[in-house]
Amino acid sequence: MTITHHADDATLMSYAAGTLPEALGAVVASHAAVCVRCRKEVAAMNRVGAVLLADLPGAPGSVVAPRFPDADPRHTGDGGDVLTAIERAGDIPAPLSRLVGSDLSSIQWKRLGLGVWHVPLPLSPAATGDLRLIKVAPGQAMPEHGHGGSELSLILAGSYSDSLGRFGAGDLADLDGDIEHTPMADRVTGCVCVIASEEPARFKGLFARLVQPFVGL
Amino acid sequence: MADLLQQVAVHRDVDAFRQLFQQYAPRVKSYMMRQGADPNTAEELAQETLLTVWRKAALYSGEKGSATTWIFTIARNLRIDRLRREFPWQELPEGHDETASSDIQPDEAVSEAERRGRVQAALATLPEDQHEVVSLSYIEGLSHSEIADRLKLPLGTVKSRMRLAYQKIREAVEDLK
Repeated sequence: MTITHHADDATLMSYAAGTLPEALGAVVASHAAVCVRCRKEVAAMNRVGAVLLADLPGAPGSVVAPRFPDADPRHTGDGGDVLTAIERAGDIPAPLSRLVGSDLSSIQWKRLGLGVWHVPLPLSPAATGDLRLIKVAPGQAMPEHGHGGSELSLILAGSYSDSLGRFGAGDLADLDGDIEHTPMADRVTGCVCVIASEEPARFKGLFARLVQPFVGL
Repeated sequence: MADLLQQVAVHRDVDAFRQLFQQYAPRVKSYMMRQGADPNTAEELAQETLLTVWRKAALYSGEKGSATTWIFTIARNLRIDRLRREFPWQELPEGHDETASSDIQPDEAVSEAERRGRVQAALATLPEDQHEVVSLSYIEGLSHSEIADRLKLPLGTVKSRMRLAYQKIREAVEDLK
């Protein structure tokens, strides 16, 4: 996999700081799972957090040490739902397989419009924003997803092209909301991607855009 | 620091763990309170962070990264999980994760401590407006959109300040790579 489009530094920093909204975090984690460059940047950005944490004044008063831990570390819980696997499983990056399984060909797509299918993915109840898989037929225009706020798209299979170039498997499109672009799915393979937006998806806009070429709106 | 962690990992050294605890638990408690946790919750999360260090110390390999960075990532993931109630997508860098650890080889000619020293110096010399957004993000736990709201700035300005700040930090450690 040759990756040419990466996450923006600001996006990666927010991810390392732990403040990237959950939907966007899912896409960055999935990109980082297949991208050594971005993993290295995140490691360096985690170091920034470590320095800031070490410089933080301690809370007043002492923290009471808990009942002394004497359990064998190899036989205790893993401390939560934290991802450990990083390698790819099939076409789906490991982090995302938690939500959709590991096999792209077994996805149950729902039709969203002409030549466009999707699968909305669940987020934590407290999370805002939107995360979903999108599949676009060959030669079809890619649907525009969120409006305003940040939006990230990771290509899982196939490709699309727009004025910024070709985005293939593993590439991450990290675009400011106000950039105008009209990506088209590859004429032979189409495109499968996972898209996250900070704002809830607005389907009216999506449908209007999808039907636009056909009804001449 | 890394030595203390090695003592905990290899020898299950109780005194070493106590020192780690004294050094980090109050800071992690502060970190949790900055995100809005009340003092009791913040204390519990600080305890849990350090307990995770105790439990998982055997998985951690001292040569491959910084103990402080490891503690930061544990605390950060707990903060996302318990205080924001969202899923922490970023996995903890652990010694047993071959793929992750092979990316980072700070033992090549330069110590992790030197890297952190450079980062600390770079942070200290950032222009105030850049330092502010970095601190609001990492310490106060605000998203870029929330920082934009707080400072009454366009989102794009917040992001460009973050980028500029990181460029300086990256330059500060560049020659160590």
